[in-house]
Amino acid sequence: MAGDLAWILISAMLVNNFTLTLFLGLCSFFGVTKDIQTALRLGMANIFVLVLTSVSAWVLNRFILDAAPFLRIISFIIVIASLVQVVEMAIKKISPALFRALGIYLPLITTNCAILALAIFQTNRGYGFWQGLSFAIGAGLGLTLALTLMASIRVRVDRSSVPSVARGLGVVLIIASSLSLAFMGFAGLGSSS
Amino acid sequence: MSAVSAVSTEGRETTGTAAAPPGPPPMDDLLRGIWQENPVLVQMLGLCPTLAVTNSVANALAMGVATLFVLVASSFLVALLKRFIPNEVRIASYVLIIATFVTLADMTLEATVPTVHKALGAFIALIVVNCIILGRAEAFAAKHRPVRAVLDAVGMGVGFALVLLAMGVVRELLGSGTLLGFPVFGARFEPWVIMVLPPGGFLTLGIFLLLIAWSNERSARRAAAGRG
Repeated sequence: MAGDLAWILISAMLVNNFTLTLFLGLCSFFGVTKDIQTALRLGMANIFVLVLTSVSAWVLNRFILDAAPFLRIISFIIVIASLVQVVEMAIKKISPALFRALGIYLPLITTNCAILALAIFQTNRGYGFWQGLSFAIGAGLGLTLALTLMASIRVRVDRSSVPSVARGLGVVLIIASSLSLAFMGFAGLGSSS
Repeated sequence: MSAVSAVSTEGRETTGTAAAPPGPPPMDDLLRGIWQENPVLVQMLGLCPTLAVTNSVANALAMGVATLFVLVASSFLVALLKRFIPNEVRIASYVLIIATFVTLADMTLEATVPTVHKALGAFIALIVVNCIILGRAEAFAAKHRPVRAVLDAVGMGVGFALVLLAMGVVRELLGSGTLLGFPVFGARFEPWVIMVLPPGGFLTLGIFLLLIAWSNERSARRAAAGRG
């Protein structure tokens, strides 16, 4: 059981990294990776929302959606969006410091495709509560890793002389391609187990 | 094509009779999305599906058509209902409208082309969070008449589908040596497997962007030279 959970976590974090192998959450990956601090905070906020999503998707699947599977997409997106909204207000009230660190990213993250994808993958693979939780944490750590790596590379790129043609997203996509290539190396992890 | 031109002339008439504030002619609404303001190459929206499902032409085509359908249908409905949607809950209402059409597209694909539906997997459901659709609903459909909203949505959707198709052709051709599953290069071709794997997606789009930047820069230089 514990081994299974650990495997789900590692797999979601490295082997099937949400950003670099599944192309999820690319908007923030390209948009908000200009410095490392921001990337880290965005990653934290992502982990938080992913865990919330996983729990709420489990509740929906377990208790409600068996009766109406065709409402799955609609109910996921509505529940996740409103839950994040409520939690955001709660954090603002309870811990203003945490709100300042995560706050502005929370609504942005709700429309991030990684979030909805997590809920759908979890449903398709029939994960239970703990499996879903470890999947969410793994996916969140993977996103944080990808965001931080990208930010650290982009900080360097800003200081080097890039040909004028490649300024902007051109060079960033090529970097993402090589990062993704590096993450392909983790694919071997899956075959041995 | 005839249907498109019929719609566009209809749009011109309605804007003419209503004496709406002078805007660009309706054909601009349609054409803008295809190249000038292409959602992927210029606005950098909807990158997830652009990279994720373009490892074969068939997948890219299905995704392009499904997104086009959702985009046109939800833009039309948003433009139609804009008077009844309160400003405070507009985003939630748009998402609800979009999610409804995505569910329709999802079930239709599952019933008609199950293999493609399986290959696309979760990415059909993820059309809901495709920023192009919500972006057009908020930026265009909510401010214009239904006819113009549909024209704009068709343009943006076709622009999106064309980029997907271009990516799909390049990646399938180089990565598997086939087009729509038919071998192109013969038995001695060694496929560049990397092109159908995730890094190939980033690489292909990166090269597209570099080529566009290069051609823009060159034409700007030529224009400058011509003037000087």
